[in-house]
Amino acid sequence: MKNENLYNYILGIADNSLILGQRLGELTGHGPSLETDIACTNISLDLFGQVRSYFQYATKIAGDDRTEDDIAMLRKEREYKNVLLVEQPNTNFAYTMARQFLFDVYHLAFLAELQKSTDLTLSAIANKCIKEVSYHERFSSDWIKRLGDGTEESKAKMQEAIDGLWTYTDELFHQTEADKAMVAEGIGVDVTKLKDAYYARVSEILEESTLETPESKWFQKGGKEGIHTEHLGYLLAELQYMQRAYPNMEW
Amino acid sequence: MSDKKNWPLWEVFVRSKNGLEHRHCGSLHAADEDMALENARDVYTRRSEGVSIWVVKSKNITASNPENNGEMFEPAHDKVYRHPTFYDLPDEVKHM
Amino acid sequence: MMSEEQIKNLEAQFEARIARDEKIEPKDWMPEKYRKTHIRQMSQHAHSEIVGMLPEGNWITRAPSLRRKVALLAKVQDEAGHGLYLYSATETLGISREEMYEQLHTGKAKYSSIFNYPTITWADMGAIGWLVDGAAIINQVPLCNTSYGPYARAMIRVCKEESFHQRQGFEIMMKLANGTPEQKDMAQDALNRWWWPSLMMLGPTDAESIHTEQSMKWKLKRKSNDDLRQQFIDQTVPQAELIGLTIPDPDLKWNDEKGCYDFGEIDWDEFWQVVKGHGPMNKERMKARVGAWEEGEWVRDAAMAYAEKKQARKQKQAI
Repeated sequence: MKNENLYNYILGIADNSLILGQRLGELTGHGPSLETDIACTNISLDLFGQVRSYFQYATKIAGDDRTEDDIAMLRKEREYKNVLLVEQPNTNFAYTMARQFLFDVYHLAFLAELQKSTDLTLSAIANKCIKEVSYHERFSSDWIKRLGDGTEESKAKMQEAIDGLWTYTDELFHQTEADKAMVAEGIGVDVTKLKDAYYARVSEILEESTLETPESKWFQKGGKEGIHTEHLGYLLAELQYMQRAYPNMEW
Repeated sequence: MSDKKNWPLWEVFVRSKNGLEHRHCGSLHAADEDMALENARDVYTRRSEGVSIWVVKSKNITASNPENNGEMFEPAHDKVYRHPTFYDLPDEVKHM
Repeated sequence: MMSEEQIKNLEAQFEARIARDEKIEPKDWMPEKYRKTHIRQMSQHAHSEIVGMLPEGNWITRAPSLRRKVALLAKVQDEAGHGLYLYSATETLGISREEMYEQLHTGKAKYSSIFNYPTITWADMGAIGWLVDGAAIINQVPLCNTSYGPYARAMIRVCKEESFHQRQGFEIMMKLANGTPEQKDMAQDALNRWWWPSLMMLGPTDAESIHTEQSMKWKLKRKSNDDLRQQFIDQTVPQAELIGLTIPDPDLKWNDEKGCYDFGEIDWDEFWQVVKGHGPMNKERMKARVGAWEEGEWVRDAAMAYAEKKQARKQKQAI
């Protein structure tokens, strides 16, 4: 492939939306209220829409006969490049919203920068996605406030979720070799520069939600290099089931 | 089940495009006005049905009682002089 | 208190209004039986939408392509929306959504029995969209003209949105039927399993149907169950032929004289078994609904507590 760095870079972005969309899709029909169920499915649909834009672009760069579905469903465990945060399970609604919020704040800042990419396709995709993600961020931060500043029970659950997921936040700002190459070419976003604003924004919302910002400095990383938590394998088993069980067919 | 804990009912009004009025399109449940607006967006404008949304708590709507429809609405029926067709015009005046 | 004669008089006026095709609105006087019948049918309809999310939701994470996945997500989400419209319309009759849930969860209220069958292969997504939504549309379109205004308006919205659902299902089936032999078998197997339950979905035979006459008068029903079933069969058989699938009924054949299809005996014992709660998935479906509701309680309570705090803060600021 001529432009392998760009290809990998696009997959790195898209995999976050793919895995998070898949996680949210698990909840359809099981939400805490009908209205909330519909809202979470909407976010899932936005994310899968983004995935398709990115992957369709990636197939053009690959320039062979692979399809968006091949990219989405026929890679091996170690070839998925999403951050560990988005693959974490829907332990309860607090975890689901905390995961969403911790990702949305990053995602919004990331897309704002990606809009400035010298790659016009990426910048156009970012331009479209940022409207969706602004809404996601508002939706999830509202829920952090509701659950954080709601009842004793919800506060405890939300604090536990934030504490539990905190260890996966630092990876968002970790740069891979493909990232660095793309930043050098003016295509990619220098995520290291987003870090301070990210933690400032997250702390601001947590404080407003009467929650503690965790102090732990121990972080997990590896997702971007394809070293995932054990949760991803099961998610992929479902995501890939049909393509693996019935190879080379059209649906 | 105590009533206090249930999310109240809201009525949703959507303006489908600028230039048109907001129209009642249904209702939903939400804990507060922000959530009501968000839910209304997700429930009632999924297919680009709107450019503006109003939400109002259903309990804040005062409605006329159909039992009083006689005194409320019938007195208007015989006020034909409020309509243009009440007035005679010579045929030569085509549009007025 | 109204005298018996006054009530009779009101009832006569009420029936005359419906006969004149006037709509009944929430605050209008209505016979208690009209209110109760509507609460029963409308809530049952809403429950069917919500429980109906589960068999299809079962395949969202395993959809075979991204295109199919977004279509399925959007479809299941629509079902949530339709449930919501219908619950809201029912609430105008003076029952809360929570009360309706309570009736569903305790088994007092029914929902469409078709959703008590399992979705075991991807082809079931096709069969449900094609057959189950197909049968539902036949049931629902006439309800857009029903006498109760909020129900009619909800149904107009539902029918408008549902037009893509059946196409979505038929497209899945068509793709499978035109695919590899393995895919075609999968499609035929799904048709075999969903055909008879879909026919049952249109309700017991007219001879056994208890509510029909009154419902016809109130325009809750425009055609009898047997007529609807015939309409469904007549429209579906050519579609199956078109994609090369076989309807699993050896007695099915065109009757030139009547101008419609004759079909085989429906296993009504199976129907009543499922209605009475002993279908393959009745318990699972209820467990999923009750589970979502109970696990969501702390979330709903938190949102209310937060709303109250926010309101109190606002009032304090205003002073």
